[in-house]
Amino acid sequence: MTNTLKDRFKTEEYFVNMGPQHPAAHGVLRLILTIDGEIIKNVEPDLGYIHRSIEKMCERDSYQQIVHLTDRMDYLSSNINNEAVCLAVENGLELEVSDRVKVIRTIIDELTRLASHCLWWGVMGMDLGALTTYFYAFRDREMINDIFEETCGARLTMNYNVPGGLMFDIHPNFVKRTKDFIAHFKTKIPEYDRLLTGNIIFENRTKGVGILTREDAIAYGVSGPVARGSGFSSDVRKHQPYSAYDRVDFKEILFTEGDTYARYKVRIAEMWESMSIIEQLIDNIPEGDIQAPTKAVIKLPKGEFYQRVETARGELGVYINSTGTKNPYRVKFRSPGFSNLSVLNHISKGGKIADLVAIMASFDFVIPDIDR
Amino acid sequence: MSYFSDIYNGMKTLFTGLSVTGGYFIRARKGSLTQQYPDNRETLKMFDRFRGEVVMPHDDVNEHRCTGCQACEIACPNGSIEIVWDRAVDPETGKKKKKIDKHIYHMSMCTMCGLCIEACPTDAIVWAQNYENSVYDRSLLTKVLNQPGSVVKAGIED
Repeated sequence: MTNTLKDRFKTEEYFVNMGPQHPAAHGVLRLILTIDGEIIKNVEPDLGYIHRSIEKMCERDSYQQIVHLTDRMDYLSSNINNEAVCLAVENGLELEVSDRVKVIRTIIDELTRLASHCLWWGVMGMDLGALTTYFYAFRDREMINDIFEETCGARLTMNYNVPGGLMFDIHPNFVKRTKDFIAHFKTKIPEYDRLLTGNIIFENRTKGVGILTREDAIAYGVSGPVARGSGFSSDVRKHQPYSAYDRVDFKEILFTEGDTYARYKVRIAEMWESMSIIEQLIDNIPEGDIQAPTKAVIKLPKGEFYQRVETARGELGVYINSTGTKNPYRVKFRSPGFSNLSVLNHISKGGKIADLVAIMASFDFVIPDIDR
Repeated sequence: MSYFSDIYNGMKTLFTGLSVTGGYFIRARKGSLTQQYPDNRETLKMFDRFRGEVVMPHDDVNEHRCTGCQACEIACPNGSIEIVWDRAVDPETGKKKKKIDKHIYHMSMCTMCGLCIEACPTDAIVWAQNYENSVYDRSLLTKVLNQPGSVVKAGIED
């Protein structure tokens, strides 16, 4: 009798497509879920919906022209991507940029990181059903975008770096606007905490969900806030300082819990650190050339050049293989999103579909960065 | 016991969050950032460096600064700029000199990267701060930047 009852109420695994058009996927990412009831058995990401062959296009373009393509990879950390390419080309040319360029690049990097984390915070709340966070975060992000628009001319795809320096000097209002923003934002993060961090619904949905151990984080090549939420010290800014990061004092945020809540706390704490970095640099931007002299046609010497930077999502690596001509022979981007995505199946197995949404939100995927 | 403390904590955090949103609800007018967009067209001004569209400024006697050196065409990563040029005889020296016939700008292909303006040796092209660039037909986005009958300003060499 019991056997027949069990047979009658037995469950079967079935497939569900999450995406390619899904509001919680933040872009065109298709997740093929194998589920039993609401329990996730397997997650298989299906990529390629927004593949634009950026790496192949780089082989066609000159070294100055590559930079603007990287805006379109991780569009939320566009300046950091630009900088990565410029640093790789400068490595190849053995070109030393002035201190002014280094400091301005670092300030704009950190502003980009703040803007990216702002958007992530808003979207994280929205994915978990709190729409208010989205508007509050975008209100503050708007101020950063105004700073970018005034100095670089564009809000998102800035293309402000060129190999050898910056395209033009900062706007006279830049320092004042940045200081205003920091003063404004310092009052807003406590508000974020009151609104979302301490909220019991939010805590119940994130604490203990999607636990990633330190060993797994290392094994899967995870980087950025996701790895630091698992206690894996992976901040490129700390380990291989580039630009002006060696002259500022900042903490690498590490949490050991490895769950969604830890990843959330890492990013919130990183916003404080970013602001502290900007505050250390903004008052004394050194004088200097804005662009080191380069030839109109840049030719890298024969060889391989690599540069790692820390974007808002993790470690971005730029690999340039040059044969000595004006175009690179091969360009490869090691994007943070792609490596972080590989761990998604491992940590969301056994959870519910709603947990997967929370995990996805805490990973902060930018799909064009994964597909390139 | 934890059942009641959960209810208490839940209510507490709920009201903590509501105090933030409630504060904005009361002070809604002060902190408002939204703009009444189509109605504020007259007063809405973009930043000086805003990348709206590439234009070629002409002075009042219909002279521009473009020598036809094609640096912008070479710098452009996606072929948005196309220069049709020929050679004209310079009346003073009698030498043949390059001049532009048409400076064609395909805005539909432009990514607003700014490399052309960076590359221009004579500052012949600049950014315009237009922000309403949508049209009904794609062909309208192909523009000839130099005005008909315009010539290069005397004394500009590349």
